[in-house]
Amino acid sequence: MAEKSGADILVECLLDLGVEVVFGYPGGAVLPIYDALFNHPTIKHVLVRHEQGATHMAEGYARSTGKPGVVLVTSGPGATNAVTGITDALMDSIPMVVITGQVPTQLIGTDAFQEADTVGITRHCTKHNYLVKDPAKLAGVIHEAFHIATTGRPGPVVIDIPKNVQIATAPYKRPEPVAHASYHPQTKADAAGIDAAVEMLAAAERPVFYTGGGVINSGPEASTLLRELAAMTGAPVTSTLMGLGAYPATGPQWLGMLGMHGTYEANFAMNKADLIICVGARFDDRVTGRLDAFAPNSRKVHIDIDRSSINKIVDVDVAIVADVGSALSDMVALWKARGHEAADLSAWWAQIDGWRAKKSLDYAENATEIMPQRAIADLYKACTATGKDIIITTEVGQHQMWAAQHFGFDAPNKWLTSGGLGTMGYGFPAAIGAQMGNPDSLVICVAGDASIQMNIQEMGTASQYRLPVKIFILNNEYMGMVRQWQELTYQSRYSNSYSDSLPDFVKLAEAYGWTGIRIDGPDDLESGIRAMIDTPGPVIVDCRVAKLSNCFPMIPSGAAHTEMLLDPSQVKGSMTDEAKALV
Amino acid sequence: MHIQEELSQRHVLSLTVSNEAGILARIAGLFTARGYNIDSLTVADITQDHGVSRITIVTNGPPKVIDQIMAQLDRLVPVHKVTDLTESGPFVERELALVKVAGVGEDRIEALRLADVFRAKVVDTTIESFIFEITGTTDKVDNFVGLMRQIGLVEVGRTGVVGLIRGKEAI
Repeated sequence: MAEKSGADILVECLLDLGVEVVFGYPGGAVLPIYDALFNHPTIKHVLVRHEQGATHMAEGYARSTGKPGVVLVTSGPGATNAVTGITDALMDSIPMVVITGQVPTQLIGTDAFQEADTVGITRHCTKHNYLVKDPAKLAGVIHEAFHIATTGRPGPVVIDIPKNVQIATAPYKRPEPVAHASYHPQTKADAAGIDAAVEMLAAAERPVFYTGGGVINSGPEASTLLRELAAMTGAPVTSTLMGLGAYPATGPQWLGMLGMHGTYEANFAMNKADLIICVGARFDDRVTGRLDAFAPNSRKVHIDIDRSSINKIVDVDVAIVADVGSALSDMVALWKARGHEAADLSAWWAQIDGWRAKKSLDYAENATEIMPQRAIADLYKACTATGKDIIITTEVGQHQMWAAQHFGFDAPNKWLTSGGLGTMGYGFPAAIGAQMGNPDSLVICVAGDASIQMNIQEMGTASQYRLPVKIFILNNEYMGMVRQWQELTYQSRYSNSYSDSLPDFVKLAEAYGWTGIRIDGPDDLESGIRAMIDTPGPVIVDCRVAKLSNCFPMIPSGAAHTEMLLDPSQVKGSMTDEAKALV
Repeated sequence: MHIQEELSQRHVLSLTVSNEAGILARIAGLFTARGYNIDSLTVADITQDHGVSRITIVTNGPPKVIDQIMAQLDRLVPVHKVTDLTESGPFVERELALVKVAGVGEDRIEALRLADVFRAKVVDTTIESFIFEITGTTDKVDNFVGLMRQIGLVEVGRTGVVGLIRGKEAI
């Protein structure tokens, strides 16, 4: 058999695996791979401006298409720059394969130029990683890496390939799928768990579906099944930040997001429920609030593909280790087979309607300033009116929470945000990745004035590949969420949370060949959003919003679901040391 | 404000893992990354083709933490199986120690007498010293070392615990 170089084997594998896009940045230790790519124009390479950008683009691509994101970076700084995005993908369970160059095997461990211990550094921020020292093993490793990244609980996998392994040759044939010696994620639920869950659901008086990113990860079919099960049972549905869109925001049983900035009705429903069905969520601290007061009178069912998520934070009554889609499908089938009817939940819904009447997402407006919530609500209205497929990404902070609260998502894979790691700088590159995977969609990054600057260099990438992404900045000249916490916790001592020396975002847009739009006041809001949507190319909108708005409702650190702050008048301005010590 | 800690229990975990580069770092790193304790850790390959190793870890923590440790270990790609020997029924655990003791006269005789009681073997000797080899549970080794400390302990090398469940079945 004719032998191929390691670099050619890698590219052959990518073709065999159906990889269409690679986000990367060349450097000394990956030159052979870049040379191999030169001869394979069917793999589109997106040249980023910083390796962190590449990882978030891959995440955005993966989250919006359901396919794994692929990243290619060089050794040393190339790999270390990718670490934040790799960690982000681990926390949010995003399928991603990162190929890193490494110094040649004989130089490993000698502090060679651009050497870093990539497998050591990424060991705990990947689902798995490899250092490949033999070109004959490369094909097997690459196929295995994609398998691991995309199955079970998805996550990032790093393949570190020394430069001499890229050049050395070995015979290549497409590897046959082989049963892995030790990696066998459980995807099919045990019947007993499904049985118990269905019977508990049929008997519950105050049930709630608490859904999360696992529903999205499981594929669009899981969202369909969730809607079916919700409709059959009549139970209300809330979701984590990561799960928005799995159940439609316009659906009748939708409570809104739960947790720290969730709605009053979602959090009170969780608190008063007698049954919580957790579907692909993980009882994150942003969701539970104070643990000893979390859903105190409920029985809990937890569906998760990751056994280690079960009983990690909250003890549950029924654990179902399975792929969400598979478990939901089993539950729907059993519900039908048993001939269960939706119970009369009218008393429960009456209670929920009482909480809804609080209108916890309402905010006070004035004639001179744009309230950030209004900006998002108007953006939502304008986007919906286009009839286009809309994908929203966010950075991290107040704008992210306002987008989650005031933009409605009716379908999965349309909402891309950094939930677990909370990475400022995620949203804009994620938008580029999403636009690469969805060329006909309207992709908008909702950003803050501080976080947009964390990967703003990627404007050049969007220009180069003619990607018409829109950046909608809620500019309050603060790191708004930091400032908000300082207001709540440190008597409004705004230590280093003011955005000084901001660029002129309109001129910055023009410098990159983009369109820049400034929205100064309420009168410009609608027309500015309209102009952004109607502009065919990439656009930055600098939307000047009320500077000191806080994101409400809010469950402060260490507080229970029932201790929500609904408006600024409830802010005390200080906290106990115990509360201060929480994140 | 003071930081509170929960009561811990000792558990012996037995893992089979693919014998590949970095596996030990993966496991040891998981413990440090998630703030779990390792009291001892042993590793050696156990199959003819050297493809699989057994790792025995003695750890401690509240039951919920032990459950998390098991689940987190099981999540590692190269880990085949994780068993909590402490929870899975009767099991045998042993560790081996080499104990160097120096002394002359009555101390020397007392050291030998105690070694006999503990069924320790002399594996090296000079006029003024012994190295004893002792196997047993951690407690037994601790006790022996404690007694030798009073006689003239120089240094100790211990393997850490290995364990297997009793009976004919494999774990």
